[in-house]
Amino acid sequence: MQLSRDELLGAYRRMATIRQFEERLHDEIKTGEIAGFTHLYAGQEAVAVGVCDHLTVEDMIVSTHRGHGHCIAKGCDVPGMMQEIFGKAGGLCKGRGGSMHIADLSVGMLGANGIVGGGAPQAVGAALAAKLDGKGRVAIAFSGDGACNQGTTFEAMNMAVVTKAPAIFVFENNHYSEHTGDAYAVGTSKDIASRAEAFGMRAWRANGCDYFDTYETMRELLDYVRAGNGPAAIELDTERFYGHFEGDPQRYRGKGEVDRLRDERDCLKAFRARVGAAKLLDAAELDAIDAEVAALIDASVTEARAAPAPDPATVAEDVYVDYY
Amino acid sequence: MAIMTIRDAILQTLHAEMERDPNIMLLGEDVVGGNGTAGGPEAIGGIWGTSGGLYAKFGPDRVIDTPISESAIVGAAAGAALAGKRPVAELMFADFVGVSLDQIWNQIAKFRYMFGGKTKCPAVIRLIYGAGMNTAAQHSQSVYAMLTAMPGLKVVLPATPADAKGLLTEALRGDDPVMFFEHKAMYGVKGEVPEGDYRQRFGEARMVREGGDVTIVACGRMVNFSEKAADKLAADGIGCDLIDLRTTSPLDEEAILDSVEATGRLVVVDESPPRCSLAADICALVATKGFTSLKAPPELVTGPHSPIPFARELERAWVPSPQKIEAAVRRVLAR
Ligand SMILES: Cc1ncc(C[n+]2csc(CCOP(=O)(O)OP(=O)(O)O)c2C)c(N)n1
Repeated sequence: MQLSRDELLGAYRRMATIRQFEERLHDEIKTGEIAGFTHLYAGQEAVAVGVCDHLTVEDMIVSTHRGHGHCIAKGCDVPGMMQEIFGKAGGLCKGRGGSMHIADLSVGMLGANGIVGGGAPQAVGAALAAKLDGKGRVAIAFSGDGACNQGTTFEAMNMAVVTKAPAIFVFENNHYSEHTGDAYAVGTSKDIASRAEAFGMRAWRANGCDYFDTYETMRELLDYVRAGNGPAAIELDTERFYGHFEGDPQRYRGKGEVDRLRDERDCLKAFRARVGAAKLLDAAELDAIDAEVAALIDASVTEARAAPAPDPATVAEDVYVDYY
Repeated sequence: MAIMTIRDAILQTLHAEMERDPNIMLLGEDVVGGNGTAGGPEAIGGIWGTSGGLYAKFGPDRVIDTPISESAIVGAAAGAALAGKRPVAELMFADFVGVSLDQIWNQIAKFRYMFGGKTKCPAVIRLIYGAGMNTAAQHSQSVYAMLTAMPGLKVVLPATPADAKGLLTEALRGDDPVMFFEHKAMYGVKGEVPEGDYRQRFGEARMVREGGDVTIVACGRMVNFSEKAADKLAADGIGCDLIDLRTTSPLDEEAILDSVEATGRLVVVDESPPRCSLAADICALVATKGFTSLKAPPELVTGPHSPIPFARELERAWVPSPQKIEAAVRRVLAR
């Protein structure tokens, strides 16, 4: 393992932040204060963090409707995200976007997306821009197993290959698109990466519930892309611990399925076990991080709850840039 | 007559019509729900509750769960229709028209005309539309005006459970492509629904009430909002003619022009941004064909020229409301 102590602590902190952010939202949504749709990312932390830990703010990502994890991993302001989800004026998008449409271009987060498959072509464009700049930046498209069935995703992959764009297609296979399994909906079931290969790019596969496997595989992939070889793809086998959206009764899940996943495929537990066994970090250090993160999330919620709502008079502002 | 919700009226109509006509097939994302999971098919029967039990009754060849591929869903409906079937394709949110627009606009809408009137394309596209649930800019739009602008499409917006049944039945029995809009905030609206075979012709507006002082024209959820406004106004002795268009293509011009001739005043309520909207279209109709009836400039009640925001306070400011309709009526009467 090539990671330093600080890097390990940072990775754990980011994963724990995502987990606690989501768990807190799961509770807060029951109060009725949060409007609209919220899709939780808990379970998939190792993907967002294992991918984004290699990136700088100069690199870009496009996200999905399940975007909180990607936002946090890419460095979006957590209290700002919380306010956005609570629909407050101080939110990252002034309360206009909500959970599904968080963006912060200053950290290279080009947007969550309410349209499944909407992001992948945008990642190709961002990658072409990066290629034009010639500074070795990359652009990453996160897509689910459901999104990989959209024509946009196919078109994006082919165009990236043709243009040798430094675009990276990260397929997070959590085995569900809403209430339908990948076993039914993905014709190349169990192997989305082979689709990318069919378009002519190299593809990797990794365990998306294992931070280290994700991180190491991404290192190899990124070396390849940053060396100017054009696009690449990675399929990550991962799990989501909550429903498709908050309020989903999850009748499509097997009996005890989520409990089993939380036992066997929890990336945070796996991380703790691994760094413990290798005597790299001790439990007390990680517990201390958990406590700090809990304080941050708590403060974010308190602040978001108390924050002012947007002024209705501003409803039609920001449609265009004002020049005069 | 049975009392039921719009949701149940649609579900029951699908059951009845699919039983009657073996050529009807349904396709869409999660219309079965649960395929390829431990819970199995029908673990969830459509996220809007409008396809429960259809799979068990009609099987996988007629009730087809699709991948997330709107272009293929609508395109497949187009092809199935050309091949002699009567497909019903569900777009979980009308906003996803964006993904499938070519198949709707350049294909389905134009087949009959381009092929010299020799083809028919009886595809029904069900579009779940509208604001009111804080689903933000990409899940709240009312794209009926855009589709009304496309020759070749019939555009239908039931505002009551009875119309949901009557208009859906008509759509399923007709031979033209129909864009069938269901408002996501209206599924729970209850009302009387005629039993048995019940069809509602397209292009026949519903006179919701007659009041004589001002004509309010609306469709979909805006009909319900307009009724609330009309109730308030009635308490002050102001009588509204309220016209529910039911279909925006074809459009019942006569109902609108006749009413405006009697009242001389027009308020059009439309849940979309104002430019090139349905409201603008109806206003143009009255300006060109009913100008001399008008005693005052018409009032248009629409959203602002902006996408639909997320936060409750902002969405409320965006969507036309009974209060805004009431105020528009008072303005048009004060002129
Ligand atoms: C174009 C489009 N079609 C359908 C939807 C509705 N929808 C939202 S999320 C989703 C499932 C996405 O599945 P996947 O890509 O596997 O991502 P996951 O939810 O598993 O993270 C669907 C069908 C949408 N938002 N956009």
